[in-house]
Amino acid sequence: MTDLALPARLRRPLFRPGIVLASVVLVAAVAACLAAPLLWPLDESAVDLARTRLAPSWAHLAGTDDLGRDVAHRSLYGLRVSLLVGAVAALVAAGIGGLVGTVAATCGGRVDRALMRVVDTIAALPHLLLGIFIVAMLRPSLAAVILSIGLTHWLSTARIVRSELLSLRTRPFVDAAVAGGASRTRVLTRHLLPHVLPRIALATTLMVPHAVWHETALSFLGLGLPPHLASLGNMINDGQRSLLTGAWWASLVPGLLLVAVTLALAALTGRWRDRLDPRVRAELHL
Amino acid sequence: MTPTAATLARRRRLAGAGAVVRRRLLVAVPVLAATSVGMFVLGAASPIDPAQQYAGAAAFTTSEENLAQIRANWGVDDPLPVQYARWVGNLLRGDLGWSTSRHEPVADVLAARAGWTLLLVGAALALVLAASLLLGTVAAYRRGGWLDRAVRAGAYAVQSMPVFWLGLAAIAVFALALGWLPAGGLTDVTATGTEPADVARHLVLPVTVLAISQAPWFVLFVRDTVAESLRDDHVLAARARGLPGRTVLFGHALRTALLPFLTLVGTHLPELVGGAVLVETVFSLPGLGAVTVQAALGSDFPLLAATTLATTVVVLTANLLTDLAYAAADPRVRLDD
Repeated sequence: MTDLALPARLRRPLFRPGIVLASVVLVAAVAACLAAPLLWPLDESAVDLARTRLAPSWAHLAGTDDLGRDVAHRSLYGLRVSLLVGAVAALVAAGIGGLVGTVAATCGGRVDRALMRVVDTIAALPHLLLGIFIVAMLRPSLAAVILSIGLTHWLSTARIVRSELLSLRTRPFVDAAVAGGASRTRVLTRHLLPHVLPRIALATTLMVPHAVWHETALSFLGLGLPPHLASLGNMINDGQRSLLTGAWWASLVPGLLLVAVTLALAALTGRWRDRLDPRVRAELHL
Repeated sequence: MTPTAATLARRRRLAGAGAVVRRRLLVAVPVLAATSVGMFVLGAASPIDPAQQYAGAAAFTTSEENLAQIRANWGVDDPLPVQYARWVGNLLRGDLGWSTSRHEPVADVLAARAGWTLLLVGAALALVLAASLLLGTVAAYRRGGWLDRAVRAGAYAVQSMPVFWLGLAAIAVFALALGWLPAGGLTDVTATGTEPADVARHLVLPVTVLAISQAPWFVLFVRDTVAESLRDDHVLAARARGLPGRTVLFGHALRTALLPFLTLVGTHLPELVGGAVLVETVFSLPGLGAVTVQAALGSDFPLLAATTLATTVVVLTANLLTDLAYAAADPRVRLDD
């Protein structure tokens, strides 16, 4: 709906400046954090107490933190960790959601109602609190963070898959397949799921920025990844100590990187969704 | 004074409210039960030994018999259903258990802290509602104008900023660089009590940060729904009758858009609570969110379970209130069906 005010020529997809910018940011960031270990083979957690809280300079583009670690360098490593955790967690969440949605739609009846009641219940809870609870009970670790994101972010995928399957089921090609003697499993795997997969893929990518935020929020609270591991949330948390002594760059830089990358990711996936389904409101649903 | 036809009609419509409240309570009980069972299962799957947790560093020197005694006292080795039944029984008697991280009864922790969280969330909600209704409506009225574009660009940018980072940025600018407002805490360090003026000064930054972090969803929603309702027949009719622009905008277009907005407020409340957890931590406020994080860091199951459950109750109540408000505002919604 937000596009209505724009003239049609500005709605051509590839030439919108925002989309181009988002692609450039994303490609540059991903390339930088993939290339960082090759081009800049320093130990990102090496402590150098002679060079703590140095302001940004040519030697340290984004300054150093309170343990003398280079902030720019560590941010790139942190971005890599955060994106990786975000992507894996989004896959886990999409897997759980896809499975629940499929079971609900194919079993129907009581199973469907019970599962959807579970979905509604979890959706009504603040998922950060739930995530905190899960991490606390499993003890903060990489696996706990991924599980915490996976277990709190599968709801939308489950709803999408369920409603998509329910509407597909009434289409003539499904009747044709059933009339042709296809079994339930075959109808599901060969006829229905291929239609749903693009939706699941889209839901997964839309979830990556959320997952990254969830990870950084948990890490920021000290409940995420182990403190020595550079992740953007850990770095912003560490930077909080330096902030009070005037070293604002230690949390500003990882934060800006996080904002730039997740914004780019959200803009691109949002665009993808609009292309796939123009009826959906053209809003960034973050 | 005899009631007018309109008030009578409204009274009839709202007659079903009591039944709705009863029905919702019936649903809330299984939801709360399911939540608490889920928490218990997770707690049981946890590798953390509550006795060692309780003893802290002393666990290394405490003898195995003493730890076993603590475990026996708490009954943590009993079968899960037994533990659960005991917990629910205590809960119904008003005993929420003993916080192992704060070494005081959970009920005391909740009582001392819930108020500050409600104040923070309530003030932020009021601010975000007022600001988004005003900004969103004006942006919709001048679609494509500079304000509209600025509001939308700002909303998208803020949407991608984590609230804790926004909080740190606010501290860096307004507390450290400009020195206008305190960087954290609820009162000055020298204060002996909680003076309202002192507390208010300390709450300006946290409330604003929490409100700004939640504003994008609300502003964009208001903008889109008002923009849509500006094209509705009744708005066009109002305009054709020659009513002034402001009356049409706020009296007709915004009013239609308010209904779905209520739903958004209801569904967005959990996000606001999640944001409050982070904001309280950033600004070191003594609220429920900060204490939840401390409980999580200390693997304090009784306190964590209590805060999670309390939040669930608050969110369910708020959802119910949203539905009732919806029915009160929209004559087409009937509660008794």
